[in-house]
Amino acid sequence: MTAAGTSWGRFPRAEQKVLVVHNRDQPIPRVDGYLLPYGNGRSYGDCCLNDSGTLLHTRRLDRFISFNPVRGELCCEAGVLLSEILELCVPRGWFLPVSPGTQYVTLGGAIANDVHGKNHHVAGTFGCHVLHFELLRSDGRRLLCSPQENSDWFAASIGGLGLTGLITWAKIQLKPIANPWLKTETHRFSNLDEFFSLSEASNRDYEYTVAWVDCVAKGKSVGRGLFMRGNHAPAGADVPNGYGQRQWAMPVSPPVSLITPLTLKAFNWLYYHRQRQRVERALTHYVPYFYPLDGIRNWNRIYGPRGFLQYQCVIPSATAQAGIAEIMQRVAASGKGSFLAVLKQFGDRSSPGLMSFPRPGTTLALDFPNAGESTFRLLNELDEVVANAGGAVYPAKDARMSGKHYKQYFPDWLKFKDFVDPKFSSSLWRRVME
Amino acid sequence: MRKVLIIGATSAIAEATARVFAVRGEELYLIARNPARLESIQKDLEIRGAHKVTTARLDINHLTRHEEVLDTAWSAMHEVDVVLIAHGTLPDQKACEASADLTLKEFTTNATSTIALLTLLANRLEAQGKGTLAVITSVAGDRGRGSNYIYGAAKAALTAFTSGLRQRLYCSGITVITIKPGFVDTPMTSEFKKGFLWAAPEQVAKGIVKAIDRGQSVVYLPWFWRLIMFVIRHIPETLFMRIKI
Repeated sequence: MTAAGTSWGRFPRAEQKVLVVHNRDQPIPRVDGYLLPYGNGRSYGDCCLNDSGTLLHTRRLDRFISFNPVRGELCCEAGVLLSEILELCVPRGWFLPVSPGTQYVTLGGAIANDVHGKNHHVAGTFGCHVLHFELLRSDGRRLLCSPQENSDWFAASIGGLGLTGLITWAKIQLKPIANPWLKTETHRFSNLDEFFSLSEASNRDYEYTVAWVDCVAKGKSVGRGLFMRGNHAPAGADVPNGYGQRQWAMPVSPPVSLITPLTLKAFNWLYYHRQRQRVERALTHYVPYFYPLDGIRNWNRIYGPRGFLQYQCVIPSATAQAGIAEIMQRVAASGKGSFLAVLKQFGDRSSPGLMSFPRPGTTLALDFPNAGESTFRLLNELDEVVANAGGAVYPAKDARMSGKHYKQYFPDWLKFKDFVDPKFSSSLWRRVME
Repeated sequence: MRKVLIIGATSAIAEATARVFAVRGEELYLIARNPARLESIQKDLEIRGAHKVTTARLDINHLTRHEEVLDTAWSAMHEVDVVLIAHGTLPDQKACEASADLTLKEFTTNATSTIALLTLLANRLEAQGKGTLAVITSVAGDRGRGSNYIYGAAKAALTAFTSGLRQRLYCSGITVITIKPGFVDTPMTSEFKKGFLWAAPEQVAKGIVKAIDRGQSVVYLPWFWRLIMFVIRHIPETLFMRIKI
C-alpha cells in the first residue's frame, strides 16, 4: 500500500509504502528499496519519512514484556507510547526518567532520536536510562545491545534515527515518585541576562527547568519570557485526587496558516503578560506540566496546508549567551517570530549515543510557518551562526539543513555510517549524505 | 473480579479487549493456536493488571479436542462469567471461487467449527445458570456481496446461530451477544487501503466491553455501521445484483 505521508511538521511530503510489524519475533520483510522504522510520526521534519521507500510501522509492537515494581525496570516492545508507559507506571509510583514535550512518542522513537527533557541538566538524555534493547538487522541478526554487550551498536542506535536496524524491544530504568504532582514556580524575566542568571541559580535545586521566550520583542526586551522550574511533590504533600484537563482540538487544517505577524505579536504579548506577579507558585499535575501541547489535539494543523519548520539548536556553554542573543535578534528582525520559543540549559551528563544532539550548552527551539524561500533563507542564516559557535541542530526537528552543516554538527557521522543497515535509509539521511 | 474466557485470543480485536479486562483486574483464560504469541500476550496482560492469566492451545478445526480444552478451562476457573469468541480468517475470495475444497475449509474455520464450539459452550453456560456469551461475527454477514461472500456466508451462519441461542438461553439467564464489527485495521486486513470508515481494534474493544457490561443483544461497531447496513439490507435485489461492492 503506497500512501502520501508527512511528519508532525507537515512538511515535506513523501510517497512511501507502509508495512505494519505485528510481532517482535517477525523477520524484517523483504522489499525492494529502503526501509525505515516509523513509530508515531511525531518527529517534525523528514527523519521519519522515507520517500519512494517503505516504512516499517511499529505502533502494533505495543506489548509489555516485564516490569519489576521494586527496581523500577520496565521492558516493553518498541511501539509502546510513553503515554502508555506512564499510565502503567505512575499509579505504581514510577515515572519516566526523561520526558520529551509530548507523551505521544514511541519508546523506539525516543531511543532513536535520543530525546531530552526539562531535566537534562541532571538526568541527561533518554538514552542514559536505557538498560538494553534488541536490534533486528535486515540480514536477520538479532543483537542484544547494552553498555556492556555490543556496546558499539548500542551507541550507534541511540540517536541513530532508526538507521541501524529495527529496535524491537527495550528495557529502561524508571525513577521513583511519590505522587503524580509537581511543585512549580513561574518567574517572569525581562531579558536574556536574567534568563541565564535564573537558570544557573535554579539548576542545582530544581530537577526541571525550562523557559518560554517572547521572540517578537525587540530592543531592550529581547529575550524576555517566563522561566518555569519545578520538582516532584514529596511524599506526604497535600495533593488533589485527580485533575481535569480540557482537551481541545484543531478539527481541520485552515486554508492558510493562522500564525501571522499580527497573531504572533498578540499571542506573545498576552503570554508574557498573563502573569501578574513576578513569581507564581502552583501544584501542577504531570500531564499539563510536561505535555501542555498534547492538550490541543492536532495543534500542528494551525500552520495550514504548507506546514511549518521547527528549528532547535544548541550553542556550547562558552559562547551560549552571545550565540542565543544573535539568533533571537535575527529572528526578531526577520519579523518571522516564533509562536513557541523554548530556551533551556543542557547539563554535562553525556549520552551513550554516538550521534546524540544534546551537549553542554543552551538550546533554543523555534517554529516557523513554512513561507517558502524566505523561511529557508532565515534558517540557513541561523545555521551559519550555530556552526560558527560550534553548536548543532536537532535532526528530529529538521527538514532542510545542508549536508555540509550536518557533518559539521555531527563529526562522528563517518564512524556512524558503518553501522547503518544496508537496507535502511530515510529521507533525511539521503538529504544530508548527498 | 470476573472470569473471562477468550477463544482466538491472539486476534487483534481479542487482544485489545483482553487489555481492557486486564486493566480492570479480571481473571483471563486465553485460547489460541500459536503458543509463542499467547505467551507474549499473557505477560503483557499480567503486567497491565490482570488478576491471573492462563493460556491453552487449540486449533479450532480440531473438533475432537473442543471438549477436553473446555474441561481444562472450567476446572481451572470453576465458573466462567464471560466467553468471547474472536477467532476467524479472511478467506481469499478469488482463490475460494476456484476451489470447492478451499471454500469448505474456510467455511469450516469461520462457521462450522465455531458452531461446534458454541454448542458445547451454550450447554456449559446453561448448566451454570449464568454468564455472557459474546460472539464476533461481522457486518459482512448481513448481506452476501460478490467481493466477499464466502466470509459473509460464514458470518451470516454465526449471526443466525447466535440469534437462535439468544432466544433459547433467555430463560436460563444467559446473555448472548452478536458483535458485528465493520472494517477494522488488523493483521487480517493489512492488505486493504484504509479510509475513514476504518476503526482501530482498541475502539472496537471498548464497544465489546460496553456491550458485555450492558448485556446488549446485537451491536454494530462502530455504531454507524447499523445505519450503513440498514441501507444495504434494504437495497432491492434487482438493483443490488448490479452494483459492485
